[in-house]
Amino acid sequence: MSDTPQAQARRWYAQRISAMVLALLVLGHLALMIYAVQGGLSGAEILARTQGNVWFGLYYALFVLACAVHVPPGLANIAVEWAGWSPARALWVARLFGVFILVWGGRAVYAVVMGGA
Amino acid sequence: MKQRIDGRNRRHAAYWAFWVHRVSGLALALFLPLHFTFLGQALQGAAGLDGALAFTQHPLVKVAEWGLVSLLALHLAGGVRLLLLEFSAWRGLRGAWVAGAFGFATATGLAFALSLLG
Repeated sequence: MSDTPQAQARRWYAQRISAMVLALLVLGHLALMIYAVQGGLSGAEILARTQGNVWFGLYYALFVLACAVHVPPGLANIAVEWAGWSPARALWVARLFGVFILVWGGRAVYAVVMGGA
Repeated sequence: MKQRIDGRNRRHAAYWAFWVHRVSGLALALFLPLHFTFLGQALQGAAGLDGALAFTQHPLVKVAEWGLVSLLALHLAGGVRLLLLEFSAWRGLRGAWVAGAFGFATATGLAFALSLLG
């Protein structure tokens, strides 16, 4: 992957646009967590809320996608500036981590919406 | 004129905001695989999730949960400050937003802790 100024600008924008999406989604996630943990959580209680819930699935699928876009640029910057990695190596590893987030997060959303039925 | 970096910049609230935003982002990113592994237990139904939830009964795990929620709130508020700095017409480093971000994170963390213990 090239690390031209254009590529850097694209990563900067991708991180900011995903941040705007995440700002709204995280606010909802915080509110849901504070509400949901009252009185303790159980597997049945979680699945009663999530199983077959299309809107819940779409909300969290978008959340996972935004995370997969938002995380890699930040991780790459940290690897370069704090760990001394080369930009090319940092970008590849960070991108792989982003793909992992997408796949593993997608599996988690599938599990709570479609799984265990 | 060449300027010497002597650490004064690191005593500024905006530097601490940068540092906290970066470290909280790193912690949250590293937590995500664990979080998704936990939720993936739902593939085995409610019993699978209950097995994972048993782990969260440990007091130290509850403290960690509170810490992560606080970090998420902190990263959110710090991130909104950055977006306002970069995309709005406002100028300056918005020092009050740094304090506001810590206040928001503390309030959110306390609300979560109260719910968790209640």
